[in-house]
Amino acid sequence: MRKASMDGFEDMVFGKPEVMEDRPTHFCPGCGHGITQRLIGEVLDELGLQERAVCVASIGCTVTAYAYFKIDGLESAHGRAPAVATAIKRCRPELVPFTLQGDGDLASIGTAEIVHAAARGEKITVIFANNATYGMTGGQLAPTTLIGMYSSSTTGGRTVEQAGYPIRMSEMLATLDGPSYITRVSLHNPANVRKARKAIELAFRAQLAGLGLSFVEVLSMCPINWKIEPVKARQWMAENMIPQFPLGEFKCIPEVEALKKGVKG
Amino acid sequence: MPERTLMGGNIAIAEGAILAGCGAYFGYPITPQNDLLEHMAKRMPEEDRIFLQTESELAAINMVYGAAAAGFRSMTSTSSPGFSLQQEGISYMAGSEIPAVIANIMRAGPGLGNIGGAQGDYMQCTRGGGHGDYYLITLAPSSVQDMLDYTMLAFELADKYRNPVLVMADGFLGQVVESVVIRDRVKKLPEKKWAITGAAGRPKNIINSFEMNPMDHPARIKLILQKFERMKRNEVRYEGLELEDADIVLVAYGSVARSAMTAMQKARLHKIKVGLLRPITVLPFPYQPLSDLAGRGCKFVVAEMSAGQMVEDVRIAVGNRNEIKLVNSWGGVPLTADEIFEAIDLLA
Repeated sequence: MRKASMDGFEDMVFGKPEVMEDRPTHFCPGCGHGITQRLIGEVLDELGLQERAVCVASIGCTVTAYAYFKIDGLESAHGRAPAVATAIKRCRPELVPFTLQGDGDLASIGTAEIVHAAARGEKITVIFANNATYGMTGGQLAPTTLIGMYSSSTTGGRTVEQAGYPIRMSEMLATLDGPSYITRVSLHNPANVRKARKAIELAFRAQLAGLGLSFVEVLSMCPINWKIEPVKARQWMAENMIPQFPLGEFKCIPEVEALKKGVKG
Repeated sequence: MPERTLMGGNIAIAEGAILAGCGAYFGYPITPQNDLLEHMAKRMPEEDRIFLQTESELAAINMVYGAAAAGFRSMTSTSSPGFSLQQEGISYMAGSEIPAVIANIMRAGPGLGNIGGAQGDYMQCTRGGGHGDYYLITLAPSSVQDMLDYTMLAFELADKYRNPVLVMADGFLGQVVESVVIRDRVKKLPEKKWAITGAAGRPKNIINSFEMNPMDHPARIKLILQKFERMKRNEVRYEGLELEDADIVLVAYGSVARSAMTAMQKARLHKIKVGLLRPITVLPFPYQPLSDLAGRGCKFVVAEMSAGQMVEDVRIAVGNRNEIKLVNSWGGVPLTADEIFEAIDLLA
């Protein structure tokens, strides 16, 4: 264990990943983004990617993701992060670009870019935070909002007549030949957070092995916009979101399967 | 003797980009610039450089942003409807100070319009176009040689100012075939310490246009505006023909400048003292030389393939001092030398 410099902490058993900046995040209480970004930080440390990883942030609550990592980073316009990451990877194949996108960004305005990056099998990693709402703009109807679920633009709950059905991005993308790894994980309890970390590590390992697009959908809490207390939000997510967005792998080509033995528990 | 070859206008842009060290090209098919994309599809891999046909003009401009952020000389080409889509990306690049080159081979609008050449994008190519306070440099070639030369210049200026630069040509110019001199390859590309290359042996590089705190944002905009002041001081370019004794000054750019030259020659045969001022940079616009000509008492004929867009810049330069006559065509129809001559004749 690393020794903490502060008095009173002889053996630190849980610290901030080396690759993460020493600064508070801007996320709301109970939000899942901080957990996801920390997991990415742990994986970048584990794989020693500080000098090669590139954070391609998108629009929404992930917009300042580049501020939290000690790696090169850039912003991209709403929905276009996979296009930006595609160009970076094609120009500099030694770099390890990953996008961080919410469901409004990836599953609504950016559907063309993610579908075509996946179809081309771009050698990039996409971390997709699905919290079923537009967090940054105040909780409007998202492409992933559940039927009946409150949003600030469907205050009586989402109806099929008005807004149709939520989109399952992982399942959709898994129909394509380009991606090497597509999985959906959840942050609703510690056991699943550990699984999420493994999935993110495998996704980065797939890119390092030169395999096609790797995609991790992370079901993530947004207590503020759901208007549910943080602890209850986790339970709500497990009970309501997982039935609509089932957890598990939707694609894992044999080359990625073979990488699993390198992922620690 | 320098090497000379016959070349189409769009192809000259592609070859100019390759000579200038363009390392990555991204594009989407749209008439009348398809031969540019097709030429790049063949030539970029031959040069061991990046070519990608994208899913949309939106993806193309954002890939240009990504490649340019990674330190590569990078470009896209499109035509008017596609250029409208790219304005968002151009605004992001201007806001985050990313150098890139965009060639807009203009066709007729609004809407789908048609595939004939036009100059109806003048406003969106010279007034920013996308959201927010920013400016570009916009170069207007009028020959195939210009297509090649100005594309090379566009890459140089983009890097000099860390800003997107437009090459704005009309569809007729894109299809014209002329003799061109092939220039020397740019051998040494500028170093880009700000680029995304991996945070190895240096602090991380961040590229963004976002400021969380509004109080921090004006300083960033001020830098962009100061940059435009430098462009206005240093980069105004135009060609003047027979202006010394001119009573009437033709103002025209792109393929219309060629018709205007013919009209000018015809007018001179009729003993009408006509000169031509051809803006090379339509942004920053050559206001001062036009203002000086106005001060000398010249009248102006503005010839353009739009409902009358550049004429507004000429009005800014001339004010109410002298008469300005607009002769124009639109909807994908060329403007002929005879039409321009008639306008001169009416004013003489």
